[in-house]
Amino acid sequence: MKQASPPLDAIQSWWLLGTSAIAVLPLTPHLPYWLSAGAATVLVLRAWLVWSRRPSPSRWLLVLAVVAGMAGVLVQYRTLFGQNPGVALLVTLLALKQLETGARRDGMAVVLLCYFLVLTTFFYSQSIPNAAALLAAVVVATAALASLTDSRLSPVRLLKLAGLMLAQATPFLLILFVLFPRVNGPLWGLPRDAYSALTGLSDSMSPGSIGQLSLSDAIAFRAKFRDALPPRDQLYWRGPVLTLFDGQTWRPARFTVGGDLPYTRSGVSVDAVPGDKGSDYEVTLEPHNKNWLFALELPITLPADSVIASDYQLLTRTRIVQRMRYALRSQTGLAAGEAESPRVLALATTLPNRSNPRTLALGQGWRARHADSAAILREALAFFVRQRLIYTLAPPLLGDDSVDEFLFDTRQGFCEHFSGAFVFAMRAAGVPARVVTGYQGGEINPVDGYLTVRQSDAHAWAEVWLPDRGWMRIDPTAASFPRRIELNLAAAVPAGDPLPFMLRADWSWLRDLRYRWDAVTNDWNQWVLGYNPQRQRDLLARLGMRSPDWQRMTTLLAVLSGTLLLGLTLWALRQKRRIDPAQALWLRATGRLARRGLPRRPWEGPRDYAHRIAAARPDLSAAIAEIADLYGRVRYGRIAQIDALRRRIAAFKP
Amino acid sequence: MTKLAAALQERFATWALRTGAPEATPIVLSQRRVYVLPTRAGLVFAIALLTMLLGAINYNLSLGHALVFLLAGLGIVAILHTFRNLAGISITTGRAEPVFVGEIAHFALILHNPRHEERRLIRVSLPGGSEASIDLPPGGGAEARLGQPALRRGWLALPRVTLDTRYPLGLIRTWSYAAPAMHCLVYPQPAAAAPPLPTSGGAAGGRMQGSRGSEDFAGLRGHQPADPPRHVAWKNAARQDTSAQLMTKLFVGAGAEILWLDWDMTPDTLPVETRLSILARWVLDAADGGLAWGLRLPATNLAPASGDSHLHACLKALALHEAG
Repeated sequence: MKQASPPLDAIQSWWLLGTSAIAVLPLTPHLPYWLSAGAATVLVLRAWLVWSRRPSPSRWLLVLAVVAGMAGVLVQYRTLFGQNPGVALLVTLLALKQLETGARRDGMAVVLLCYFLVLTTFFYSQSIPNAAALLAAVVVATAALASLTDSRLSPVRLLKLAGLMLAQATPFLLILFVLFPRVNGPLWGLPRDAYSALTGLSDSMSPGSIGQLSLSDAIAFRAKFRDALPPRDQLYWRGPVLTLFDGQTWRPARFTVGGDLPYTRSGVSVDAVPGDKGSDYEVTLEPHNKNWLFALELPITLPADSVIASDYQLLTRTRIVQRMRYALRSQTGLAAGEAESPRVLALATTLPNRSNPRTLALGQGWRARHADSAAILREALAFFVRQRLIYTLAPPLLGDDSVDEFLFDTRQGFCEHFSGAFVFAMRAAGVPARVVTGYQGGEINPVDGYLTVRQSDAHAWAEVWLPDRGWMRIDPTAASFPRRIELNLAAAVPAGDPLPFMLRADWSWLRDLRYRWDAVTNDWNQWVLGYNPQRQRDLLARLGMRSPDWQRMTTLLAVLSGTLLLGLTLWALRQKRRIDPAQALWLRATGRLARRGLPRRPWEGPRDYAHRIAAARPDLSAAIAEIADLYGRVRYGRIAQIDALRRRIAAFKP
Repeated sequence: MTKLAAALQERFATWALRTGAPEATPIVLSQRRVYVLPTRAGLVFAIALLTMLLGAINYNLSLGHALVFLLAGLGIVAILHTFRNLAGISITTGRAEPVFVGEIAHFALILHNPRHEERRLIRVSLPGGSEASIDLPPGGGAEARLGQPALRRGWLALPRVTLDTRYPLGLIRTWSYAAPAMHCLVYPQPAAAAPPLPTSGGAAGGRMQGSRGSEDFAGLRGHQPADPPRHVAWKNAARQDTSAQLMTKLFVGAGAEILWLDWDMTPDTLPVETRLSILARWVLDAADGGLAWGLRLPATNLAPASGDSHLHACLKALALHEAG
């Protein structure tokens, strides 16, 4: 079987060129510009060489180009290993392999590289449209593979062949997808640059940081409540808690973490809110490359593999780099932290030196008038309303004393301005307070009942510690602009402010469409992209498999694949023995005679047989002669008479 | 290493053809005699899939899993398509025109496709390296011509035939062996330097004169389709049973010489093969010259005649001459 690989012909070269272009195109947004341009140049050059039937460039030139490509990748990423450099190298190789393809074996390498590139495209997006586009790319690559064997087939027939074969492969895909024992990756260390493109809340807050996020329609997470949804003004999804302030930026304090709920430990029982059993819900969190989870304030159970910090923030041990599901229960009315440690309280009253003197004086004035923290709180809220602050997504830029400028000069801000200023003022009055960031609200998708929380729902609010109550949520934004919480962002900001697409009211039919699409996307995320070992076990258990482990899965996998293979083999071996209808009728007549002891001999034609029958059974002679005559006519051309033959044979009862 | 592989392959082929060669035609390539193995490209494909699977697991790419599984399914489907492309073909033998030693004998095999779908790129090959690649239309057949060097006179048997295909993806190769009973007649090689054709008088009375005119009856021989109808021995035919073969009357033309080419006219010091080569050369020269001739071999006598069919009859007699 050792043969020199035959050279590629022009048709095969065009196929390889086309499939390479289709495979590289979806990656171009993620490649450095010089590489996209270089790959395009090389493909065009190859097209010109094929078109003008010129030979490929010499080998040393190619080696030079490969070295140059690798050097470029090295300069760009400072390493050759990792996700992005890897993709860049694959693209370089594919492009330059084009210039080297002379033999069919090279063509095979090009097709395999294209399959690889399709796989790497999933690093960046696994959405439904992307999957559909890449399926088309796989069909073209498979057609290119088939063209390597038989380039005489027309492009349409090659595509049809590839489509047919891939359609026949789909049952195997389904069986393997459901039953192939899943392993939770990674198998080895992931490169550091993986998932760098994910967005979400950050662990610091400065003026403008949440406002930027609010322009994004991207989904932060979805939640499915087992029972009724809590009231909308209770939907505060707690994220990073920011205690430290340097005059510009809020940052989290160092905290201790543990596997127990800090507020139950401190003596407050979880059923402190009478009549509130809590809400059970499951969150499907989009990856955000940070290690915190979002929970309704306040969670009373912890999801598996998570811990809770002393500032009541849910954390995972590793960064969340893939869509993650977790179930938990929260009580929205739960108060906690009555016995907060002095260290935490001290941190929660610390202010930077010589910062925002006007607000500092304001807070000290409150403290001078009231001894009671609750009274100070009431005074502060009244002040926020009185100041007629304007809630806007496009606040003016602020200088060094940002809190002063916001409260007294510009009076325009977003939730980070409101919450930051409020906490600053409370601390100035000596009341422990901190900023909590997260998401507020969400939107029920009427199609599948999931609550969808988007980046535009990002929010920041304040938490104030009162001696007899513990930590208490205060939302200064809501105090000034109740509509922000009762309705949504769109209702609160002035008309004309830039708004995320999904929040605009004047496109309701489009929104219906988006709801449906979101529901489909959610199903896709839950069942296709989120199909992990846990979901696999759940599904198989639901399908009736007791204690699904990998042995049982493999057995079932083998059985199902075997059955499928058998079915396909039968199809493959099916030889259509199309018996002519006239012949079938004739065989029926001769069969009846055979049962009467007068079988037709193999060499006997209809006429000879009829003669013999007529001699042996004179009573049948007329009938059989007619049948034989009709059969001969129908078989040799007069198809129209087949009905007459059918009638005669039906009446033929020897 | 390759020698070992070749020997193993030979052993396998012998085992695979357990029905014993030669087989009666038509030979149907039933699924039990069609073998399947991945090609080198198929193995590379499998390795690539494994690598992709590892990548998909490592990065938890659910669609990566799906892609790998789809391509794995494609590989399995390719097995079936490639298998189906070969299984079920029936083989009958076609013509094998006689050739001279030193030429290439061409065997025509007719492959028939009983299915109502096309079969493509069926490669038919002989161990010697001769091969043909053919497509079979739906429900139709096609002829594959295979060449085999004719090294010795006599009947050249068609060696074991390998049929294989990699269509449609080239990842899988299915193959089967067939040994149809088929022979090609190999005539002795005409001697390059032979004594001149003994046309005029002389040596050992090899030449006889046609005694009288053009219509002189010289004998009877079996009728061949090319013979002119007026030479058929109709009276003879009428006298005999209908099943008997028609006979053709042989005549000696006016002035035409009846040439006897006799085994004994070749020098008996030469080896048998050389003497046969000389006779072959003479027979060809006589046919070229439009002569009528007879051939006398130790075991066979061919009555004088002329024309192509007589030429081939003589050459056949020479080809099948028993040595010794």
